[in-house]
Amino acid sequence: MKFDLNGAATEAAPRPGQCLRTLLRDLGRFGVKKGCDTGDCGACTVHVDGAPVHSCLYPAFRAEGRAVTTIEGLAQDGALHPVQARFLAAQGFQCGFCTAGMIMTAVALDQAQMRDLPAALKGNLCRCTGYRAIADAVHGVCHVETEEAGGGIGRSLPAPAGPDLVTGAACFTMDVAPPGLTHLKLLASPHPHARIVAIETAEALSVPGVVAILTHADAPAAHFSTARHEIATDDVDDTRVLDDVVRFVGQRVAAVVAETEGAAEEACRRIKVTYALLPAVFEPEAALAPGAPVLHPKAPGTSRIAAPERNVVGALHGAVGDVAAGFAEADFIHEGTYASQRVQHGHLETHGTIGWLDADGRLTLRTSSQTPFLTRDALAGLFGLAPDKVRVVCARVGGGFGGKQEMLTEDIVALAVLKTGRPVKFEFTRHEQFTASTCRHPMKVTVKIGARADGTLTAIALSVLSNTGAYGNHGPGTLFHGCNEALILYRCPNKKAEGRAVYTNTMPSGAFRGYGLSQTIFAVESAMDEVARGLGLDPFDFRRRNMIRPGDAMIAHSDHPHDVAFGSYGLDQCLGLVEQALAAPSPDAPPGWLTGTGMAAAMIDTIPPRGHFAECRIRLAADGMFDLTVGTAEFGNGTSTVHRQIAATILGTLPSRVRLHQSDTALGGYDTGAFGSTGTVVAGLATERAATALAARLIALGRIARGEAASEPNATGAPARLAPDAVVAGDTRIPLADLAAQAGAPIEERGRATGSPRSVAFNVQGFRVAVDPATGALRILRSVHAADAGRVMNPLQCRGQIEGGIAQALGVALMEDLQIGPDGHVVNPTFRSYLMPRFADIPPTEILFAKTYDALGPAGAKSMSESPYNPVTPALANAIRDATGLRLHAPPFTPDRLHAALVARDGSGRPV
Amino acid sequence: MDLNTVTAVSRPRDRAALSGWTEGDAFLAGGTWLFSEPQPDVRRLIDLSALDWPALTIGQDGLEIAATCTIAQLCHADLPPAWAAAPLIEACARCLMASFKVWNMATVGGNLCLALPAGAMISLVCGLDGTCLLWAPDGTERRIRALDFITGASRTDLRPGEILRAIHLPATALTRRAAMRQASLSALGRSAVLVIGTRPPEGGLSLTVTAAVPRPLRLEFSQDPDAAECAAALAAALPADAYFEDVHGARDWRRAMTLHLSEQVRAELAAGDAA
Repeated sequence: MKFDLNGAATEAAPRPGQCLRTLLRDLGRFGVKKGCDTGDCGACTVHVDGAPVHSCLYPAFRAEGRAVTTIEGLAQDGALHPVQARFLAAQGFQCGFCTAGMIMTAVALDQAQMRDLPAALKGNLCRCTGYRAIADAVHGVCHVETEEAGGGIGRSLPAPAGPDLVTGAACFTMDVAPPGLTHLKLLASPHPHARIVAIETAEALSVPGVVAILTHADAPAAHFSTARHEIATDDVDDTRVLDDVVRFVGQRVAAVVAETEGAAEEACRRIKVTYALLPAVFEPEAALAPGAPVLHPKAPGTSRIAAPERNVVGALHGAVGDVAAGFAEADFIHEGTYASQRVQHGHLETHGTIGWLDADGRLTLRTSSQTPFLTRDALAGLFGLAPDKVRVVCARVGGGFGGKQEMLTEDIVALAVLKTGRPVKFEFTRHEQFTASTCRHPMKVTVKIGARADGTLTAIALSVLSNTGAYGNHGPGTLFHGCNEALILYRCPNKKAEGRAVYTNTMPSGAFRGYGLSQTIFAVESAMDEVARGLGLDPFDFRRRNMIRPGDAMIAHSDHPHDVAFGSYGLDQCLGLVEQALAAPSPDAPPGWLTGTGMAAAMIDTIPPRGHFAECRIRLAADGMFDLTVGTAEFGNGTSTVHRQIAATILGTLPSRVRLHQSDTALGGYDTGAFGSTGTVVAGLATERAATALAARLIALGRIARGEAASEPNATGAPARLAPDAVVAGDTRIPLADLAAQAGAPIEERGRATGSPRSVAFNVQGFRVAVDPATGALRILRSVHAADAGRVMNPLQCRGQIEGGIAQALGVALMEDLQIGPDGHVVNPTFRSYLMPRFADIPPTEILFAKTYDALGPAGAKSMSESPYNPVTPALANAIRDATGLRLHAPPFTPDRLHAALVARDGSGRPV
Repeated sequence: MDLNTVTAVSRPRDRAALSGWTEGDAFLAGGTWLFSEPQPDVRRLIDLSALDWPALTIGQDGLEIAATCTIAQLCHADLPPAWAAAPLIEACARCLMASFKVWNMATVGGNLCLALPAGAMISLVCGLDGTCLLWAPDGTERRIRALDFITGASRTDLRPGEILRAIHLPATALTRRAAMRQASLSALGRSAVLVIGTRPPEGGLSLTVTAAVPRPLRLEFSQDPDAAECAAALAAALPADAYFEDVHGARDWRRAMTLHLSEQVRAELAAGDAA
């Protein structure tokens, strides 16, 4: 077949059933991304004869004789297309995985479509930005600032990867094709709970192109956890690479390695498995009931599972004061149970790993992970290899949201590489992402809050039932985190928390933005709203009366010592900012709609507990530039920008003179991982320390170079200082390149951060909404968010993180719900059936910053990635309560549910 | 996605070459559904695009739409001004979950043959009294009402090897005034209820309910109904359990919205007549 590809005559031989997307990638056009492979996300958009199409749906053979343009062909003669330039100027991306498709779509819009972006962009999903930045990019709004020497921190400097992202040159995990690559496909369990009696592979092995078939007989006997934490024993060992018992529909049964994906798929279909079915449970209540099937029948004490015989992976009990006495002295008590549903992370890049043995026989994995170092350590342990015999590399990662604080593809690829010696690629399908990865922990949270008539809290009690799914990864962690800051936020002498994380035969829950807090904060903030209403108090005033303030002890449900301190405090400002903004006039609601206002607050520790380490290394290179090596991965969190800003500010240079080397265990720069919003506050602190040491050394070396004693201050009367490319003292200027050349050894300094002590950050969300009582439709008239981020390192990026967190939370609040059917199958494992917010679903939010400077974070900064997500759902529920009088106990607040609630109360959805 | 079990593509250029359909064959029009899901049973694609059917034929008696006409082609058609119902075409297209990019590939016929309750081209064609021309592998053909072509959720009257050749919209329906309402759980989302009404000049109402029900429902009123008559007819035709339910909307809500939106459609058409 002949066709025109980006202006060049091209010959190709597509397979009969091949789609254009994979053909273009086979031809090296890796800018054409796979977000879903089902035509829903738009990441693979290309033009065929000038018309935009989803190339995953386009039969490849139909490209014959046509002209195909991919993102790589958009720039002409080295000059960016104007739309590419606009995406750079507005920074209309975060992880950038959707960007190529977004640009290829935007380029094709006519004037009418430009005025109707909700419809024009309905075929393009972005999980990171919340779409505001994309709208600004399409409309040509410029947000990035130019760099200036030494002034990096606090400026909206652009992400260094931007030019590569808008041209399709950015290299994500799957955007390489090593020679001899084989493909791995998994056979998934159709049963929610079964013992594997036999696996027949002979027929499957006879499929041409099959290299190997792996079953539990090939897997290490050891149990581990897919969850990754600094202290591996924080999670329970209940998972095998391949097990002889399957505990959820979708769990791996066998893996096929083959020369092509097609052969691997065919072999999977020909594997014959004999199962002995076991009884299954899907809800924690059923799993706790006497006689329930035991998912992990292990002897207590051998696996750190709290109570394996009762399916309890983690339990929590704590109390301070006397809760009963507190409720006895309350004038008003609210008690309610609030359920948070199962939701998927929805990062546009699915999990995936490409592995091989390098020239030295070292197991090398290029993977989509937030934790390359912890994954290396886990694999070394699992396969009995020395840590230096395993290398884990993260290229640019296409979104994470906690889902990649998990080892879901690396272990099976490692096994396949070690068994076959061949390079192996394994990439989750979107279906596997929805059925065999992880999700947010569904939780039922019963909260009871009592207060005196003057609004003073007398007692808070929290009871949490968390569904950890078939495996316990992050089950205890999310339970403990969920019961922590949600309670610390309010001063109250009597507090109690109890909780259990329970196994069920469903897809495992895992780490998810908020890490347990979004579920408990939904309950606590809904209840706080009810108590304020019950006492006739303004919700802002009620919170001010009870909110934690500097000097207060931070107590959740125990008085154990901890390492959290008030490095800064901006909750009071956040409340005031949102209160003031909500007081301004909102757009009118349509006639007959009910309107209301609601708010909620959230608190978060800036760093996860129990140690979070980062080591950074910065070196003056021979060319006078700086090489900064960090371990933390970039997946749209923007830390690549911030690390350069921090280093450049301290070194008095330009961020563009700092070259970043990141997330490769072979380079060093150990990092616990980019989770718990630590990319800036922990790794950034290590960079700050390394750069500070290097700056001092360069000034000293500059003096020595001028023949002065380094220890003599002001020997010439002119203090030395750093210029962008030189050390300067008075009228003497020593170029950094010369300094590097004169030094006998590399001029290098290291910085280390331990993740302790930790600080606290706050977020407050406010909504004004309208509800149509006739249809249950909900319209957000106004959305305001105030963030206590400390010193904002990069306003553009920080605003983007907050907007993205709000949008992801609005998905939870408005539409997302990963449902499991009565047979244990996921009901809606596609983007067509699992609704993720599209452009039309997300209203603009006014983002406001408290003016704070943190004493503990790098250059005054605090974390701001997870926390904006947490107050959104309760704020919306509280606004709906204000508008309709209905207290909703379970998102998503879809029109059919809202309407049903109105009908249930009023007997009719249409009050006249 | 790649359909890795497919080993051959047949590109017939005339009807004679269409014969020989066998198990494992799949007719390929736009491909936007076929390539969107695993199709492990498909061995051969029969590409209908090579037949080169004219997408649209405008005649005195109405509009002939080839099954392979893309939704984009239909939306961009230059139609006679007398066809007052023509704006329904783009209005229905906008009710598709899919964006304008998919309209460049997806076909009107494919939307009908998929027979999803939310299929917006089904709503359009049924709302405008469309008929379907079907070609059988033995060379015969038959024509049936679109309302009868869709027999249930994801079910059609197509027999093995039979294909949908064309859809005809009669001028009598195209020249009527029309009104449409849609309800969805999300903005610009998949239809949970789609109601189309048309009103002949002499009065009356043809009301077509789709998306809320497994297969399209048509109610005919020979004279302009009032609100109560319209609601009573819906209640009689659709008991509460006759409504469709899936993740795109609860049954009770679809029922309530069907009544609510039908009344809006009825009122709009009645009001326009008064004016």
